[in-house]
Amino acid sequence: MAKVTTFAAACGCAAAFFLSPAGAQSLVPYVIDGDAIPQSLTGKPGDPVNGRKIVATRQIGLCMLCHSGPFPEERFQGDLSPSLAGAGSRWNQGQLRLRIVDAGKLNPDTIMPAYYRIDGLNQVAQQFRGKPVLTAEQIEDVVAFLGTLRE
Amino acid sequence: MISRLLIALALTASLAAATRAAEIPLDERRSGLDFAGNDSRQMQADDTSNPAFLWVREGEALWAKTDGVKQSCASCHNDAATTMKGVSARYPAYSEAKQRPVDLAGQVNICRETRQDAKPFAHESREMLALTAYIGLQSRGMPTAPPDDARLEPFRRNGEQLFNARVGQLNFSCANCHNDNWGKRLASAPIPQGHANGYPLYRLEWQSLGSLQRRFRNCMSGVRATAFAYGAPEWVDLELYLAWRARGMPVETPAVRP
Ligand code: HEC
Ligand code: HEC
Ligand code: HEC
Repeated sequence: MAKVTTFAAACGCAAAFFLSPAGAQSLVPYVIDGDAIPQSLTGKPGDPVNGRKIVATRQIGLCMLCHSGPFPEERFQGDLSPSLAGAGSRWNQGQLRLRIVDAGKLNPDTIMPAYYRIDGLNQVAQQFRGKPVLTAEQIEDVVAFLGTLRE
Repeated sequence: MISRLLIALALTASLAAATRAAEIPLDERRSGLDFAGNDSRQMQADDTSNPAFLWVREGEALWAKTDGVKQSCASCHNDAATTMKGVSARYPAYSEAKQRPVDLAGQVNICRETRQDAKPFAHESREMLALTAYIGLQSRGMPTAPPDDARLEPFRRNGEQLFNARVGQLNFSCANCHNDNWGKRLASAPIPQGHANGYPLYRLEWQSLGSLQRRFRNCMSGVRATAFAYGAPEWVDLELYLAWRARGMPVETPAVRP
């Protein structure tokens, strides 16, 4: 039943160019299978220690703007969305990956930013144009870290 | 094959982005002051401790100032306490001269250029903030009363669209925060409903008075979007929509916010 979608944003073909005129950076293509991206974007597992740093530091991952989580050192946590505590028990790595890469694929109305997407965005500030919020490596680090958040 | 799929996905995404968030029911609207901390509230409650009054006093002086201009504001408009009462409560308003809505700052510059033969004030200049704060104060406590003027309608609708459009690398609309998530905490800051009834206002973070457009720019850079330039027609349209959204809410100018 799982729907397989090839998602090769900014692959250089005409359609992708049309979708991302800024097209400054190319993203690693990925395959969505059901509600997950089963394969690592880098082909390797990420580093959970660095992933924690990205998630818990508001300025890099921005996660704490909206989420709370088991980060006693971060005083400023948001409550726009579920706590990240236990995320690794609720979802497998592939599911977590799609939720970070582009949560809008699952819920088009979500406010959670797509962390690995450069097309279909409007009025992006110059210094961020054509760039995803996180790199493929950073996404993998975040996914690896979230996997360790078990209840 | 793939390209068709990509286009279909893009279309779904843009339709979703256009989904209109629910407006806040009139009786559930709350001033930004309700979400502000005690320090802001205390400062706003007492004019002698509200730093914005430094600008107000300067505006009062500028109003009557004759040197360097053909005529002072007061030469034509006399005592602002009577002639400017209720004016800011109904701005932006339609300008015959510009054939489009102008906000209070825009009207001040129309008078500067056409009546005083003077250079326009820059949008965030001390003079402009001072004059708009002084004029705004004359409407304090009066209900926000956007004019019932059919010529404003298309601009107001454009403002509404801007309010609901997702922008920036983080892909947020104003409505995502101010209609759908007000009262919740972004990091640890409560999200207000985003009403415009206190501007220009003193913001502790700015350590200064600032215009509504400065506030817009802050929200836009927060979502990593390019902001329009100060004075851009898009901003005025957005102001027009916000005035309508805050209709009936009392003017708080010059307010204090964190
Ligand atoms: C601007 C708000 C916002 C930001 C920033 C944000 N999220 Fe989310 N996130 C949400 C919302 C809202 C949901 C709820 C589901 C939905 O709406 O898609 C969610 C859902 C999730 C979920 C699945 C829900 C669950 O059970 O845990 C995970 C995992 C997640 N986010 C991780 C992250 C990580 C990691 C980051 C930073 C790299 C992040 N989010 C940044 C708003 C945000
Ligand atoms: C990601 C969330 C977010 C988005 C998107 C956003 N804002 Fe805001 N806005 C805030 C927060 C948080 C504050 C309060 C900040 C503070 O004063 O500490 C605020 C404050 C305001 C205020 C000031 C209210 C007052 O009482 O002074 C206005 C007006 C406003 N926003 C309008 C807008 C408009 C117009 C847009 C779209 C161009 C927008 N906002 C987009 C989060 C957001
Ligand atoms: C020589 C006369 C003259 C001077 C000087 C003048 N104005 Fe005006 N002002 C007008 C006229 C006439 C209007 C009516 C609208 C128009 O024609 O622009 C007006 C309109 C206004 C309005 C809008 C009033 C409303 O009811 O909508 C404001 C606010 C205003 N002026 C502020 C100022 C300020 C501030 C100054 C000084 C910087 C100033 N004016 C200087 C003649 C003047």
